[in-house]
Amino acid sequence: MNPVLKLLLEGGSLSTAQMAQVLNLTEGEINGHLEQLKKDHIFLGWRPVLNLSQEDAGAVRAVIEVRITPERGGGFNRFAERISRFDEVESCYLMSGGYDLLVFVTGTSLQRVAAFVSERLSTIDGVLSTSTHFMLRSYKEQGYLMDAPAEENGRLTVTP
Amino acid sequence: MDPNRFVARHIVTLPKSGIRDFFEIVAKMKDVISLGIGEPDFTTPWHIREAAIYALEKGKTHYTSNLGLIELRRAICSYVGRHYGMAYQPESEVLVTVGVSEAIDIALRALVNPGDKVMFHQPCYVSYHPSVTLTHGCGVPVPTQAADNFALTTAALAAAWEPGCKLLLLNLPCNPTGGTCNREQLEQIARFCIEKDILVISDEIYSELTFEGGHISIASLPGMQERTIFLHGFSKAFAMTGWRIGYACGPAPLIDAMMKVHQYSMMCASIISQEGAIEALLRGEDAMKRMRDQYHRRRDFVVRRFNEIGLACHLPRGSFYAFPCVGGTGLGEREFAFGLLDKERVAMVPGTAFGEGGKGFVRASFATSYEQLVEACVRIERYVNSLKSRA
Repeated sequence: MNPVLKLLLEGGSLSTAQMAQVLNLTEGEINGHLEQLKKDHIFLGWRPVLNLSQEDAGAVRAVIEVRITPERGGGFNRFAERISRFDEVESCYLMSGGYDLLVFVTGTSLQRVAAFVSERLSTIDGVLSTSTHFMLRSYKEQGYLMDAPAEENGRLTVTP
Repeated sequence: MDPNRFVARHIVTLPKSGIRDFFEIVAKMKDVISLGIGEPDFTTPWHIREAAIYALEKGKTHYTSNLGLIELRRAICSYVGRHYGMAYQPESEVLVTVGVSEAIDIALRALVNPGDKVMFHQPCYVSYHPSVTLTHGCGVPVPTQAADNFALTTAALAAAWEPGCKLLLLNLPCNPTGGTCNREQLEQIARFCIEKDILVISDEIYSELTFEGGHISIASLPGMQERTIFLHGFSKAFAMTGWRIGYACGPAPLIDAMMKVHQYSMMCASIISQEGAIEALLRGEDAMKRMRDQYHRRRDFVVRRFNEIGLACHLPRGSFYAFPCVGGTGLGEREFAFGLLDKERVAMVPGTAFGEGGKGFVRASFATSYEQLVEACVRIERYVNSLKSRA
C-alpha cells in the first residue's frame, strides 16, 4: 500500500508537513502522492465525521433494501450507478442475501426521505421492491463512537 | 521507636529504581512530551477487554489452578509452538504468572542459592540486578556495545564469566537498547551456555515487536530447550501491561520448582486476566500486527531524526525503544536529560537508569503518537542546536 495512504489511515490528524517529516519526504512529494492517489481514484476525498444528532437535529437517515432485476451484460451496475447519483444517497452497496442493493439515504425530514423512496427510487424501471428502515440513533460512525465516554489514556509519565 | 531498624540489611542497601527520581520531576511538570514511557500507547484491543468483561458476567471470579487455566496453557503451547518452534506440555511445562516480572522473580527464587552467580547483559531492564540481589545471589553484568548494535557477544560473555556462574538472564529484544541477536549470534551464545553448563532465563516479552529478520528464541536451538526457561507475556505485543499476566515455559522440574514459590506467594494469576489472555492468543494477532507495523514506522522516523539531529543512534531491530548517544553534545546523559526536560519539556530516561553501560545514552520510547514524536524531535533538535551554539 502507498506509504502516504497507510499514514492517512493510521496517522490521526497529521498535517502535510508532519506527514513529510514522518515519511522523510518533502511536502511537494506528499502532495504529489495525494494527487496521484486521486487520479487513480483510490483517494476520493475528505469528509468530516460528525455527531449529527447534536449538530443537525433535523437530519433523518434511512437504510433501504432494494431488490432489482439484473440486466444481461451489466448485472446490477447500471441501476446501482443510477441510484447512487442521487444527492440523497450517501452510500450504495451491492449485497449478498435477501436483497440486492443497500442504500443509505439522508434527508431533512422523514417525509422527504419517504418521498424520495416512493417517487424517485421505487419508480425506476427494474426496481422490484424497496424496504425502508429509518435510523433512530447512531452509536458509531466510521470508526468513531458517538456518545460513549472517551477512553482515558492514564499512562504514568515515566515507566521502566 | 525507629522502624528503619527492622528493615532487612539487603533491602537497606538495595538501590531504588534509577527511573524513580526522573519520574518524580516529570510528574510535577505540565505539557511534557514524554518519551520515557515503557508501555504501549494503545489500549488493549476491545475484543480482549470484552472477553474479560464476559468472563466477569459469567461469574468467573474464583481461584484457578496454581499453574493457570488449562485452556490458557493449551493456547500458550499452541502459540509458542507456531511462533517460536518449541513444543511444551501444557499440563507440566507451563506456568501462568502475574506478568513476566513475577516469572523472573520466582525463577530466581527457585534457582538461586545464596552466592550463586547470575549473568545478565547490560544496559538492561531495571529489575534484573535487584531481583538477583533479592535472592542473595551475585549479579555478573556483561556489557553490550553500540558498535555491536547492543547484541550480546560471546566475547563479552567469556570476558565476564567466572567460576560459579549458574544462570544467564537474557532479554532479547532488549529494554532499553532495542538490541537483539541473529541466529548465528544466538547459536554462539547457546554453545557457550552448554559448554559452561549455564541455564538461561530468557525474557522475550518484546519478541513480537521484532522489525527485521524475525525473532528466534534461544530455547529453539539444539540442546537449549532443556536448559532454558522461556518467559513471555502479553504486555507489549497485545497492550496488556496493566493486566499483569505472563507465563513461563520450561522443563517440568524447573516449572515445578517455580510453582512451589508461586503457589505460596501468588496462588494464581487473576482469572479475568487469564480469560483476556486466552482471547489475545486465539484472536489477537491481527491487532498485534497492526500495532507492530505502527511501531516499525515510528522507529524509522525517530532513528532517522536522532541521527539528523546529531545524536548517533543505532537502528533497534526490536522493542519500541531507541537508544541514542548524547556524547556528541559534550553533556553526560543525566545532564542532557534533565536539561532537555527543563528547557524543552521533553522526557527521555538517562541511560544509567539501566546500568553503568547506559552511560552517555538516553532511552527514547516511541510508544507514542506521531504528532508527539514529530514535535518532540523539533524540540530535541532545538535543544541540541542550543548546546552547539553555546560550545
